[in-house]
Amino acid sequence: MATVDSGVETMDPSGSGNGEDEVRRRDFIHIAALSFAGAGAVATVFPLVNQMNPSADVLALASVEVDISAIERGQAIKTSWRKQPIFIRNLTDAEIEEANAVSADDLRDPESLADRTSDGKENWLITLGVCTHLGCVPLGAAQGEVKGEYGGYFCPCHGSHYDTAARIRKGPAPTNLEVPEHEFLTDTVVKIG
Amino acid sequence: MSFPWAKEYTPTTAFGQWMDEKLPIGRLVYNSLGAGYPTPRNLNYMWNFGSLAGIFLVVQIVTGIILAMHYAANADIAFDSVEHIMRDVNGGWMFRYAHANGASFFFIAIYMHIARGLYYGSYKAPREMLWLLGVVIYLLAMATAFMGYVLPWGQMSFWGAKVITGLFEAIPLVGKPIQELLLGGFAPDNAALNRFFSLHYLLPFVMAGVIILHIWALHIPGSNNPTGVNVKGKQDTVPFHPFYTAKDGWALGLFLIFFCLMMFFLPNALGHADNYIPANPLSTPAHIVPEWYFWPWYAILRAFTFDFLFIPAKLLGVLAMFSAILVWFFLPWLDTSPVRSGTYRPKMRIAFWILIVATIILFICGGAPAEEPYVMLSQVAGAYYFAYFLIILPLLSRIEKPLPLPNSITEAVTGKPLEKAS
Repeated sequence: MATVDSGVETMDPSGSGNGEDEVRRRDFIHIAALSFAGAGAVATVFPLVNQMNPSADVLALASVEVDISAIERGQAIKTSWRKQPIFIRNLTDAEIEEANAVSADDLRDPESLADRTSDGKENWLITLGVCTHLGCVPLGAAQGEVKGEYGGYFCPCHGSHYDTAARIRKGPAPTNLEVPEHEFLTDTVVKIG
Repeated sequence: MSFPWAKEYTPTTAFGQWMDEKLPIGRLVYNSLGAGYPTPRNLNYMWNFGSLAGIFLVVQIVTGIILAMHYAANADIAFDSVEHIMRDVNGGWMFRYAHANGASFFFIAIYMHIARGLYYGSYKAPREMLWLLGVVIYLLAMATAFMGYVLPWGQMSFWGAKVITGLFEAIPLVGKPIQELLLGGFAPDNAALNRFFSLHYLLPFVMAGVIILHIWALHIPGSNNPTGVNVKGKQDTVPFHPFYTAKDGWALGLFLIFFCLMMFFLPNALGHADNYIPANPLSTPAHIVPEWYFWPWYAILRAFTFDFLFIPAKLLGVLAMFSAILVWFFLPWLDTSPVRSGTYRPKMRIAFWILIVATIILFICGGAPAEEPYVMLSQVAGAYYFAYFLIILPLLSRIEKPLPLPNSITEAVTGKPLEKAS
C-alpha cells in the first residue's frame, strides 16, 4: 500500500508486468471475475423472464375433445380451446360445392377446402373463431348471424368477409381463419390441439 | 460534500459530456459509488453489510414483483395461488424460496449493519441523521416483512396477523376500535389480506426512498471507520471504486453462496411447517412464533407477566416491545462520549458484548415456548437491554477513561504518521 490513492495501475507490486502495454496477471483476474459474474447474471435473467411463459396449469388445457354427433349439416357450434373460441361447422353439399368452385390460386391466402379439412371429412370445417385481422370473434357460427357476402363468416369489427371454407375474401384480414391441429378420434369425437 | 481531494468527474465521451450538462446522473454515481467518493482506507468486513442489505432489498423487490404477477390477494384463493406458484409457474418455487429466504438474509445484513453502528459509534455526531434514517428503514422493513408473511394465508400467516394486530388492542380505550380499523373487520379476513398486500408492495419503495436519504446523509460527513477518528488527509482515504466496489463484490459473492445454500437446499429451514396448512380461524397452532428476525422483540413482549402499578401486563409488554426499538432514536444523545469506536472504550466494549449476549438470549427465548426458564431469562436479558441504552451508556460516557486515540487513520494502519504535505 505504498501509493494508496492512485488506483489499480500502481497497486501491482508483483513485478508480473512492467509496461503499460503488457498483459498483466491482474488482467486475467479482472476478466475471469467479470466473466464469471456476467455468466451468473445471464443465468439469473433467464428464469426471471421464463416465469412469464404459460404455466403448467395453462399448458394442461392445451387440448380438448369435442363430441360433434349433435351437429346437423348446415349447423355450426362454438366451443373453446386454450381460452379461444373454436368454430366447428358441418358444411352442406352446396357450401362444399361453393367452396370448391373458386380457384384457390386467385385468393389472398391460397388454400383449397381439402387443405383445410381432414381426409374423408370434408364437411367438417374446424377453425379458430378469431379474425386474423385484429382478433375479434367473427359472426356466422350461430343461427341467424350475418354470414357475410360469401356465406361463411363476417367480422363486424372491421368488415372482413370469409367464405364457406372460412377463407378471407374481402376486407382487411390478411389470412384465412386458422385451422387448429385436430384429429378425429372416432366419427363423432374430434380432438383439438 | 466529500473531501477536497475527491477526484473530479470528467466525462470521456461526447455523449457523457452532453448528459453531464443536462442530467448529471453519471456524476452522481461517480461521486457516490465511484472513484469520486474518498472512503477511509481501514474499513473492515463489518462495513460490507450496508451494501449487502441494499442489494438484498433489490432481490426482494425483483422476486416480489414476479410473485405478485402470479399471486391472488383473496382470502379464498390466496393459499392455492401460492401453491400454484410452487407447482405450476415456471421457476415459481425458486422465486418464492428466494423471496422467503431473501427476507432472512436482508435481516441478517441489517442486524450486522446495526451492530456495527452500535460498536463503532456510527450513530454519533455528525452522523445522527444517518442513524435516525437507518432506524426508520428498519421499522419499515419490520412492517413489510410482517405483512409479507401474512400473504400466503396459512395458519401462521393468519395467527400472526391476529396476534400482531391484537397488540393494538392493548391501548387503553381506543385499542379495540384501532384493531378493527387495521383489520377492516373483527378478525383477519379478505379486507386485511388485501390491504396487507397493497402495503407490502408499497413499503419497499418507501424504504428505497429513505435509503436514498440514508446514503445522502452518509455522504455529507463520509463513512465512519473502525478507529472512529475523522479523516484528516488524503492518505487516510482510498477511492470507493475500485477498492470498496471490489470488496463489496467479494462479500456479495460470499453472502450469495450462503443464500443459495439456504434457498436450494434448506428452503424451509427458517419457516414454519404450520404455514403449509390453510388459514383456519377456528384453530390456533400449538406453538405460535413469529419469524426468527422478530424473536428478540417477541421475547420482550412476553417478558411482562405482571401488572405494574395501574398498567396491565399486556400493555406493558406492548410498550416495552416498541420502546426496545424506539430507544434507538435517542441513542445519539444518550451516549455522550466523544470517542466513537468501542475499540478505544474498554468498559463500553464489555457492556456492548454483554448486550449482544443479552440479545442472543432474547432471540432464543423469543423462539421458545412461553414457559420457564425462558420467561425469567427474557426478563433478565430484557432488563439489561434497556439498561445498556438508558443507564450504562449515559453513565459510561461520564466515568469511562478511553484509551489514547491514534492521531490519524493512516497512523493506526501503518504505524507511521500522516504526512500532511502529500
